[in-house]
Amino acid sequence: MNEIIESRKPPVATTGILGWLRANLFSNWVNSIISLFVLYILIQFIPWILNWTIFAADFKYNFNGEEIIDRTMCSRVLDPENGGACWAIIYVRFYQFMYGFYPREEVWRVNLSYIMLAVAVVPLLFDDFPFRKHFLKFTYAFPIIAFFLLNGGLGLQEVSTNKWGGLLVTLVLGCTGIALAFPLGIILALGRRSNLPVISMMCTLFIEFIRGVPLITLLFFGMVMLPLFLPEGINMDGLARVLVAVTLFQSAYMAEVIRGGLQAIPQGQYEAARSIGLSYWQMNMKIVLPQAIRISIPSIVNTSIGLFKDTTLVIIVGLLDLLGIGRGALADTTWLGLAYEVYFFVALVFFIFTFAMSRYSLYLEKKLKTGINIGAD
Amino acid sequence: MKKLLSILAVSVFAFSANAGTLDDVKNRGFLKCGVTTGLAGFAAPDDSGEWTGLDADMCRAVAVAVFGDRSKVEFITTTGKSRFPTLASGEVDMLARNTTWTISRDVNLGFEFVGVNFYDGQGFMIPSSLGVSSATELDGATVCIQTGTTTELNLADFFRLNGLSYEALPIETNDEGKENLFAGRCDVYTTDASGLSSTRAAAADPSKWLVLPEIISKEPLGPLVRHGDHQWGDVVRWSLNAMIIAEELGVTSENVDASKSSNIPEVLRLLGVEGSYGEMLELSSDWAYQIIKQIGNYSESYEANVGPDTPLEIGRGLNALWTQGGILYAPPFR
Amino acid sequence: MRSNLSFFSDEKFRSIFFQTLVIGIFALGIYLIVQTTGHNLEKRNIATGWRFLSDPAGFDISFSPFIDFKSTDTHLDVYFVGIFNTLLVSFCGCIAATILGFLIGIVRLSSNWLLSRVAYVYVEFTRNVPLLLQIILWYSILIQLPRIKQALELMDMFFISNRGIYSPRPIFENGFSFVFIAFILALISSFILRKWSKKRQDETGKQFPVALTALGLLIIVPLVLFFILGSPLSFDFPALKGFNFKGGMVIRPEFIAMFLALTIYTAAFISETVRSGILSVTKGQREASSSLGLKKSWIMRLVIIPQALRVIIPPLTSQYLNLTKNSSLGIAVGYADLVHGFGGISLNQTGQAIECMVIVMATYLTISLIISAFMNIYNKSIQFKEK
Repeated sequence: MNEIIESRKPPVATTGILGWLRANLFSNWVNSIISLFVLYILIQFIPWILNWTIFAADFKYNFNGEEIIDRTMCSRVLDPENGGACWAIIYVRFYQFMYGFYPREEVWRVNLSYIMLAVAVVPLLFDDFPFRKHFLKFTYAFPIIAFFLLNGGLGLQEVSTNKWGGLLVTLVLGCTGIALAFPLGIILALGRRSNLPVISMMCTLFIEFIRGVPLITLLFFGMVMLPLFLPEGINMDGLARVLVAVTLFQSAYMAEVIRGGLQAIPQGQYEAARSIGLSYWQMNMKIVLPQAIRISIPSIVNTSIGLFKDTTLVIIVGLLDLLGIGRGALADTTWLGLAYEVYFFVALVFFIFTFAMSRYSLYLEKKLKTGINIGAD
Repeated sequence: MKKLLSILAVSVFAFSANAGTLDDVKNRGFLKCGVTTGLAGFAAPDDSGEWTGLDADMCRAVAVAVFGDRSKVEFITTTGKSRFPTLASGEVDMLARNTTWTISRDVNLGFEFVGVNFYDGQGFMIPSSLGVSSATELDGATVCIQTGTTTELNLADFFRLNGLSYEALPIETNDEGKENLFAGRCDVYTTDASGLSSTRAAAADPSKWLVLPEIISKEPLGPLVRHGDHQWGDVVRWSLNAMIIAEELGVTSENVDASKSSNIPEVLRLLGVEGSYGEMLELSSDWAYQIIKQIGNYSESYEANVGPDTPLEIGRGLNALWTQGGILYAPPFR
Repeated sequence: MRSNLSFFSDEKFRSIFFQTLVIGIFALGIYLIVQTTGHNLEKRNIATGWRFLSDPAGFDISFSPFIDFKSTDTHLDVYFVGIFNTLLVSFCGCIAATILGFLIGIVRLSSNWLLSRVAYVYVEFTRNVPLLLQIILWYSILIQLPRIKQALELMDMFFISNRGIYSPRPIFENGFSFVFIAFILALISSFILRKWSKKRQDETGKQFPVALTALGLLIIVPLVLFFILGSPLSFDFPALKGFNFKGGMVIRPEFIAMFLALTIYTAAFISETVRSGILSVTKGQREASSSLGLKKSWIMRLVIIPQALRVIIPPLTSQYLNLTKNSSLGIAVGYADLVHGFGGISLNQTGQAIECMVIVMATYLTISLIISAFMNIYNKSIQFKEK
């Protein structure tokens, strides 16, 4: 009668793998059916895509071991049943995908710029980077160095922008557009919030105009109309004209994001700054902007992702960016019909860049939430 | 800093003094030539990024005439839409972009066509399985057509004139046209006959495709320059003519050195042995010799890029010399 | 010197001075641009003006579901065809993207781990690949569909080929207008019914099966009338004649590619705003409503979504604007929208670059403003009404 009841183990099903499965996949019969259905599709799909992209794919040689030099040698053309992707088109044209028509003997300049870009950007992104201050000096100097390195001048052979292409054009457009739009966006944002009615109205009109029209019309504007606006005897490089359009476009979006940051700064900060006798510019440069920009960085990164993807639109005005080089490769009679390989590759390159950027913006958001605390009082 | 800024400004904006284009080109050290974004046989980059084709040769010929060096040229890609603004703004010195010579372009847009380097006409290409032998049987067909060209107007006129209905699918580039035709999105692809040949050559099995006999328009394609700069126009015009005359005289890149001791007066004038035509054009005296030496005569360029032995397989046809049943005719070199 | 300095330290004077300066520089800039442009146009022999709008276009556009367009019509007609096509794909895209976006947003918060992961992968992949690439990709998939002669057949009425999806076209005969009027009347009475039932519920707490009644009204009344009038509706079936299907209705692959790409791309963004909107509703709301004994689906519909909407609507508006602007990429696959038709083909044929681009930009601005205005009105109507 006085037996001691042995302590029982918890039910198996709430712990361990089984428990997890029950809680997350098979919590009721609807969920179970959905889980099984999704699982079935994934089992069908994942091996197929892996097989197509990797296991059955040709990289440089086809299944006979021959080096692929045109489409007729691709395994999937020779054997449509079993052959996977034919990456040889990427392999053969890899140089063009990375550099466009940049002269081969000068290509070290592009490679050096890519490396320097990484050195310039990484310290900018992370607060706790060692010797960050010294690296940042390099970051500010980088645009000028890169300009002369890529374009030539100062003793280097000149390489006209018409020879640029592929990833180079994509990165130049993306990075320059973002870098130039940032200060412009700050000025526009401050202008829109200005007490001077004329300035505020003009900035508002500009921002709303740019945001109201598609980027492609601005690109056409840069391509077709801008030459008409310039005085006789002066003309702009095609890439420069597109850069003007891209920068104007991005600055309007940047301005709205920074304005959002400015609005989040409590009025007390302004009043405090004024009360210690700071001028308008001192107040903004030293007190308001540093805080506003800090909280708007995640959104700035997000609009930058948008711009980076939108650089593909330049193929419509005849510049050969990554996607443009891809379409060019498809037009070549030796590689006709390998569209999926090319589009997959281009999509992958874009995905790597934009996914990294979006992860970074998430990381910042998390850091901001726990880190600083503005005007909580 | 000031110096840096001025270099920056010069690189972004190209200031061209209001002197003639020829002087600008000489000062710059290379020629800027507008071409298509890629049309096999006319101007297209090969796997190594080198531009080849009939139009590309035209650009190189002018570069050779000015600098004596076929590599002193920069190819600038233009779309159907951007080609005219690009030339008008001075971004390129000349356009060799299979452009049809029409009155409105010559007069209204303010350009000058300096000659014709390819006589073309608009045609139709169909799959042979369609069982059609004439364009007049195409009632109700779907037609792929490249926009930004004279072809869409010709097409509308042709079908209206013959009382036929059709569905137009306007596309932006030749590549899309190719894709759509091969996939069966459209029954017919219409563009210049040369373009059709190049499209047919690109097919997996060219024998399954047919170019219909009807040619519904005249399309004289030629290089053009900005209106008003006659000196520069002359240089481009005579670079083209020199290649045609060389063919007439039988001077090729192989025998050009031997021809210098020829006894035909026109050959000697052409190669700069006699006369001072180079001086008149403000070029070196052996400018035409260099063109023939480095590029070849018209026939050589034609055979290498679009002729029967190339994937395009375009016979000489209208583009044969006037002495051989064609209409290719250059004014005399004297 | 002294007085000068005090002038500058006077805020009012400084403000007027700066504004005048800005206006002056701006006006000078405009003047210079107008001058040089005028000079350039004159030098290049480009005629300006709007006369070209009434010139015949000379080319054909096949995809024009609302206007019967012929090559003898004017460039102005090209403009209208372009607007209709832009609005058509934008409208369809917005609706589909909203539905798909809400669905994915809710699925991402689902308790089913596998399902929410799949939704996550979908969102990341579509968001991070350029839209233009997606449009081109969809198109290149669509034109791999069977050729016209081998078109897939569904019930002898629907045909799927790489020239589009063909379906029967309804032909409305005499008397059909009565059916249509009946439908409208049913629609109006359902609205009144809803208002009445809501009022009754507020007063007495009794519920009325509004949805079921309304559905009955909307379907049965027009249907009965339809048969009484002797089915005044017939169908025109598509049939393969010559090169193409004749008769019927057709949805072109250019449209489908645009529609699919725009929908799938925008839905990924919408799902994110929906997700953050739902997450913004505090946990207490959920707990309170389940302690009231509400069903799970009711909590979502009656408590969570109405509150989340307030957070969702503003970003949703900008997604609609983005979608509309992105529809301008139709040029990549030959969809004859405003940019491709009027801003592209007409511009090329007439050479009136400035006029065409100004019209296109102004039109997009107007469309953007109208969408913003409508969404603002809607947004106001669902905000908290503080008493």
